[in-house]
Parts: sequence; C-alpha cells; structure tokens
Amino acid sequence: MSRARNGWVLPVSLLLGLLLGLVPLPGILQPLRPYWLALVLAYWLLEEPEHMGLGMSFALGVLADLVFGGLLGEQALRLVVMAFILDRFRARMRFFPLSQQALVIGVLLVNDRVISAAIHVVMGAPQLPWLYWLAPLLGLLLWAPLHFALDTLRLRRRG
Amino acid sequence: MGHPWPTPKPRSEKRGFRYATQTAVPFALARPWAKPSLRSHPPKPSPTTHVPPYAGPPAARPGDVAGVLRLLAYLILATALMVLDYRSGWLRAARTQAEVAVQPLWWLAGLPSKVGTGLREEAVTRSQLARDNERLRNALLIQAARNARLRTAAAENERLRGLLGSAERGRLDVQLASVLDIDLDPTRQRLLLDSGRNAGVQVGQAVIDAGGLMGQVIATTPSTASVLLLTDPDHAVPVAVARSGIRLVVYGSGRSDALHLADVPLSADVRPGDELLTSGLGGRFPPGFAVGTVGTLRPDDSRAFLEADVTPAAQLDRGRDVLLLRGYKPVPAVDPAALPPAPVPAPGAPAAVQALSAATNPPASPSATATTRSEPGR
Repeated sequence: MSRARNGWVLPVSLLLGLLLGLVPLPGILQPLRPYWLALVLAYWLLEEPEHMGLGMSFALGVLADLVFGGLLGEQALRLVVMAFILDRFRARMRFFPLSQQALVIGVLLVNDRVISAAIHVVMGAPQLPWLYWLAPLLGLLLWAPLHFALDTLRLRRRG
Repeated sequence: MGHPWPTPKPRSEKRGFRYATQTAVPFALARPWAKPSLRSHPPKPSPTTHVPPYAGPPAARPGDVAGVLRLLAYLILATALMVLDYRSGWLRAARTQAEVAVQPLWWLAGLPSKVGTGLREEAVTRSQLARDNERLRNALLIQAARNARLRTAAAENERLRGLLGSAERGRLDVQLASVLDIDLDPTRQRLLLDSGRNAGVQVGQAVIDAGGLMGQVIATTPSTASVLLLTDPDHAVPVAVARSGIRLVVYGSGRSDALHLADVPLSADVRPGDELLTSGLGGRFPPGFAVGTVGTLRPDDSRAFLEADVTPAAQLDRGRDVLLLRGYKPVPAVDPAALPPAPVPAPGAPAAVQALSAATNPPASPSATATTRSEPGR
C-alpha cells in the first residue's frame, strides 16, 4: 500500500468503541446506543484487512464480553459472523458510495441483532425490549461520519 | 447393497458442477467488481480463475474453503465459551481473573460521569448550598427524633427478647460503597461497585440502599465488586408478607422496574399493596429488609396459583452510593440500663451541625464504616 498509515489510530479507535459502549446514557437513550465496536471493526475490516481478520474480531469480541459483563462468547460470535460477511463482500463494498455502504452496514447490524436474539432464545436469557431494534438505524446513520473521521485520522500524514 | 454403485453418480454430478463453475468464470470476468473467489469454487486452482483482484489487497486466494473452515472453528469456539460460561463451571474463576485486567477500562468509562458530578458540585452556588444545608439539617432533625424513638423501642425489644431467651438480633455493620457509573450488558441486571476485595468486600454480602434490599455481591476483584440485582432473572429472594407473615419467593424479571412474585397459593392472604420483607430464610439475607410492594395479583398459566408484579423498594437504577452489610452475626448484648433513657437530640443548631458534619464525613472516604441498628418492623 502506498499510503502512510497512522498506526495508533487502529487500537485507539477500537478502545474508544469499547468505551462508548460502556459510557452511561440516560435511560431513554439506552436502547438506541449504537454498536460502536461493530462499526469501528467494520471500518477496519474494510480498509485494512491485513490488520483485521476473523481472529482479531474473535479476540475483540471476547474482550468486549468481559468488559460489558455479558455472556462470554456472545459478542465474539456476533463479531466473527460480521467479519466473515464483510470479508466476503469487501471487494464489492469498497466500490459502493458511502450511502450504499451505510445501508449494507445497517443490514449487517440488523443481522447482528437477529443473531443476538437467537443466542438469547437458545440460552434462555430474556429478550431485549423492541426499542433495541432501532439501534441499527442509528448505526446506519453514523456510518458516514465515522468513516469520514477515521479516514481523516488514518490518512492524515499523507501529502 | 454394499456395491459402490451410488458413487459414480455423484462423481459425475461433481464433474458437471466443476464444468459449470468454469464456464461461470468468464461471467465473473465480465463483472470486475465481483470478487473472483466468490464465483469460482474449483477444487484445484485452474489458470482461468487466476483473476487479479480489482480492489483491495489480494484477498485470501486459496481462501473460500479455508475461510469457511476458520469461520466454523471460531463459531464453535465461541459456542463452547458460551456454554461453559452459562454452565458456570471453572470458567467463572478464569473470568474473574480476566476481569482484573479489564478494570482500567471500567474506570475510564466511569470517568466522564465522575468528572461531570465533580463539575456540577463545583458549580453549585453559595445560596444553593445554604438552602441545601437548611433542608438537610431539618431532615436530620426529623430523622434523629425518629431514630431516638426507635432506639427506645429497640431497647425494649431486646429486653423482651432477653426475657424470652431467644437469639438476639443485633447490630448491623455496614460499609458504604459507591457505584461505578457505567452501563453493562442490558440483558443482565448488574451493578459495578467502586470498592472491592481490598476494601473488605466479600462475595455473598447483601447490598441495600435507603429504600431496601438491592441485591448481593457475586464477584469481587481487588478494586471492584459486581452486584447481582434483585431484578436479574437469575435472582430469587425469600420474602415474607409484612402484614400476614406468609412466606413467598420473589424472582427477578429482567426489567429494572419490576420483580416477579410467583407461586402464590390461591388461598394465601396476599393483597395488592402488601409490603414484602426479607424473611431471612436461606441465611443469605438478614430478615426485615424491605423488598417491594405487591401489585395486582393474577392467576398464572396453570391457574392453580397466583402471580404478581412487585415494585422494588430500593432504587435499582444507578444511584450514587449503596450500603454493604458486613454479615449480621450477633454482637455482644447491649445492657439496656447502659442506654440513655431517651436521647432526644438537642434541637439547638450546634448539635445538629456537629451531627451533620459527622454524617457528611463517610462519603468523603471511599469505604467508611458505620454501625446502624437493624429496624426489622419498620
């Protein structure tokens, strides 16, 4: 790759993604909290696949499970599935305009919610209120600004 | 039927399939945005499929099968983790260990709200402080008067218990702990406390607030402790109806604003609005702490029992501070004669100020201890 990378952006953005998942929100906004970690991960999967693959996604998911205090392995599974799909469609998605990319990300986030709901059914855990199904929509809206911000940070030194 | 007859047929099918995929390759070439590895599925890498990828780095070329296998491996690994974690075996110990490493993240995530509260407290104006001070002083006077009355009642209670020769219900040692203000997994009703093993927090301690019982400590690390709230679906607490003394069990519902009272016999004397207190059965929770108020009763699915929603007495959404009970083993009996007959606090301001400053001291230090007396029949 010809572009110079700012190496610190990747770990820092992932860390921020984790922290944003923990930061307390007022009760009404809580269901709408976008899945920051998945958004950041999706960006890196698309842009720098040599640094981000299934293994890293899995490790990140386990870490997220530990941090969020959820069922160990749940987010690992969800993120691995997402990483796999993104990996398959990377070549196509990189040619999409940002709006279409956002749509695909939205669909992936809905898929993620479906997987999570399925896991809860199998494990006998309670389901989340229906309001949580609106979170992917917010993720969809956030994709473009996030993509822009991370692109700016990552490629800043070039030129 | 041991002949290898069935095998040639699938093989020919397979060959046909391979042929079909090879014809599909030019189609993929015609559409350069399609990743070639998606289209072709050849067992051997044939030269026709060696299409230079158009975008991005060279994608995993021998990729497809290997990629799927890796996906499967990770899925199985994740499922194994989930099952192990669910069955709560040895993984729980490992998890507690790992959580020590995660603590800095929790601390970081709790920082914004900590800073926010700090700033808000800095920004309080003088007049507001004076107003608060007056309000708190009045509240303290009222509480002190009430406390004095209760203390005489408690002394009398102890005397009567001594006469009956029954076990004494003694003082309760509590420890103040602040809640780390972060949002954990919303399907689980947990709280994270700011003090852990180093501050003497132990697994199994009951957690209360001013309203009543909140839950119990289920895991500790050196500097944090996680609390399982009453509302977690995994939680159950034995209770007694304050009015009639009937013993029941209250379960968590998974929602932060409701508990679930199940298996109430049809003939039981339970009415909407009844107060539920911990019964002390099971030995985990001391008796006499408010758990909640019964809502409307309705028949359950079997129609043989009643069930009801219970409004929790404690403030279960993130508060600022909670109290941890340090075990409720009996302490040396108090000589009733040694107690002051009726220690009515002097209504004068100096005493109240003194008491107020004493009351504001504990929150300043992260884990101050205070001794209170349990008031079972409150």
